[in-house]
Amino acid sequence: MTSAVSFQKVSRHFGKVKAVDAVDLDVAPGEFFAMLGPSGSGKTTCLRLIAGFEQPTAGSISIFGERAEGVPPYRRNVNTVFQDYALFPHLNILDNVAYGLMVKGIGKAERHKAAEEALALVRLPGFGGRRPSQLSGGQRQRVALARALVNQPKVLLLDEPLGALDLKLRENMQEELKALQKALGITFIFVTHDQGEALSMADRVAVFNDGKIMQVGTPQDIYERPSTRFVADFVGSSNVLPPDFVQRYSGQHRWGSLRPEAIRVGKATRGDGVSARLVSANYLGATTRLALDADGLRLHAVVPAGTKLPEEGEALVLTFNRDQLHLMDEAG
Amino acid sequence: MRSDRSQKSPLGLKIAAGLGLVFLHAPILLIFVYAFTTEEKSYQWPPPGLTTQWFAVTWNRPDVWEALSLSVRVAAISTAIAIVLGTLCAAAVSRSKFFGRETISLLVILPIALPGIITGIALRSAFALTEIPFSFWTIILGHATFCVVVVYNNAVARFRRTSGSMIEASMDLGADGFQTFRHVVLPNIATALLAGGMLAFALSFDEVIVTTFTAGQQQTLPIWMLEELIRPRQRPVTNVVAMVVVLVTLLPILLAYYLTRDGDQIAGSGK
Repeated sequence: MTSAVSFQKVSRHFGKVKAVDAVDLDVAPGEFFAMLGPSGSGKTTCLRLIAGFEQPTAGSISIFGERAEGVPPYRRNVNTVFQDYALFPHLNILDNVAYGLMVKGIGKAERHKAAEEALALVRLPGFGGRRPSQLSGGQRQRVALARALVNQPKVLLLDEPLGALDLKLRENMQEELKALQKALGITFIFVTHDQGEALSMADRVAVFNDGKIMQVGTPQDIYERPSTRFVADFVGSSNVLPPDFVQRYSGQHRWGSLRPEAIRVGKATRGDGVSARLVSANYLGATTRLALDADGLRLHAVVPAGTKLPEEGEALVLTFNRDQLHLMDEAG
Repeated sequence: MRSDRSQKSPLGLKIAAGLGLVFLHAPILLIFVYAFTTEEKSYQWPPPGLTTQWFAVTWNRPDVWEALSLSVRVAAISTAIAIVLGTLCAAAVSRSKFFGRETISLLVILPIALPGIITGIALRSAFALTEIPFSFWTIILGHATFCVVVVYNNAVARFRRTSGSMIEASMDLGADGFQTFRHVVLPNIATALLAGGMLAFALSFDEVIVTTFTAGQQQTLPIWMLEELIRPRQRPVTNVVAMVVVLVTLLPILLAYYLTRDGDQIAGSGK
């Protein structure tokens, strides 16, 4: 099966800055794919390479089997939802949505009908006559989505789609985007720096750092089996364990990770385990997050709300199942 | 001292402000009054009598029409050249980064900062050196040097307020460079270009110094007026023409002011 988007050793260098460096990537058709990473990690440049706003300095990109290098953005069957939405202020909502069809030379009646349908799809029916300035942030986001979808792209790119929305709206929009993607079956590729967003929405996640992909996998893979210290640290709040510590439990001298919820916290009197002291406890609502000090190694554990909390400075014993200890690729 | 908006300003200040305005505008009114005087050899105050005959006389003077038509044509063509070059230059400076960008920006603005007499002498010697005969087109070249600046300044300001992702959005939606210019860039900079164009037109229309250096035998309207003052013959005709010039230049400037006044928010970056 041909990939929706495929990168072979793609690099985009700006002078000495390697924004994207020898990246291999395959996105399957119909997939909801997230590119996750801190700012400056190359994820947005990758998105722009797919859209055609950037050209690779090396390597090759294909979109549904067709080579994309040198193909300008207006000849790619790919549409983008921009971070700042980039609606046209001089056009009303209907003409904004119909813009792609207008430049393709489709007649007024037909393109307005298609635009109305796209607006209904994003639950903004009857908003066509308004101006972008009269809409709220969330509504503009939907218009930008409709404007892209009306062109029936093979791949939809979303640049930090939820970044400018407030929390409640963001949660609603996450569910809605997911449902929309399922219903339409279009390949969605979105860029985000929010690991929660990536894990909750995407079928697969690529974690970027320094212009390279650190790991690609399902949210479960990324969360439970991070391949490098960076991924363990960036995705969620895993405990990164040094090789010497890991060797005692697994016999291998490699870096390891342990999810905070995998650690059981007990009183010092009880049996063997890692002895530690409580440094602080942070109440998070459903859970409480404990910061622990195990002979100079800082560990975090999460206990359900309602658990009787130990005193600060109290001596504790930490236990965990050895199969919860995940060994990473990096050797010590 | 606290100053309330409702509080009345002192009488002295009001009088001073009134006198200032009178000082600025009374001479212009005087020109209008002299257009109706019956005395044709000298400017006599108060006018011995009032008449509207000079409008008819002006209407029937072919030299007035020639000068007016020349001025309008020069201003129109200079403005057209300025709109094309000024927009292109503004687009280059605000849309891309290249070596020497700031220098180019400064060089484009320079002609309006230079005294007109310098521009005039420079152009005259350049034309003489390259043996270009003085003509209608040399006047236009001279005027275009400062008309470009006005259009450029207006266009640059508007480009800066237009979000760059709008152009990318247009390309993303399938519009090529020309379609993007036609459907997105032009509608967003149109009022700025109109305003810049009208200012350029007004500047060119009453330009004297550069014109004196770059014109051959042709007389633009301002030059014709200067000549008329030197040899008095039907003097009020000059005043009638002056009235027309004031109206022709004032209206576009007012219109340009209203066109660029609103629209403080950055186009296309709304969240």
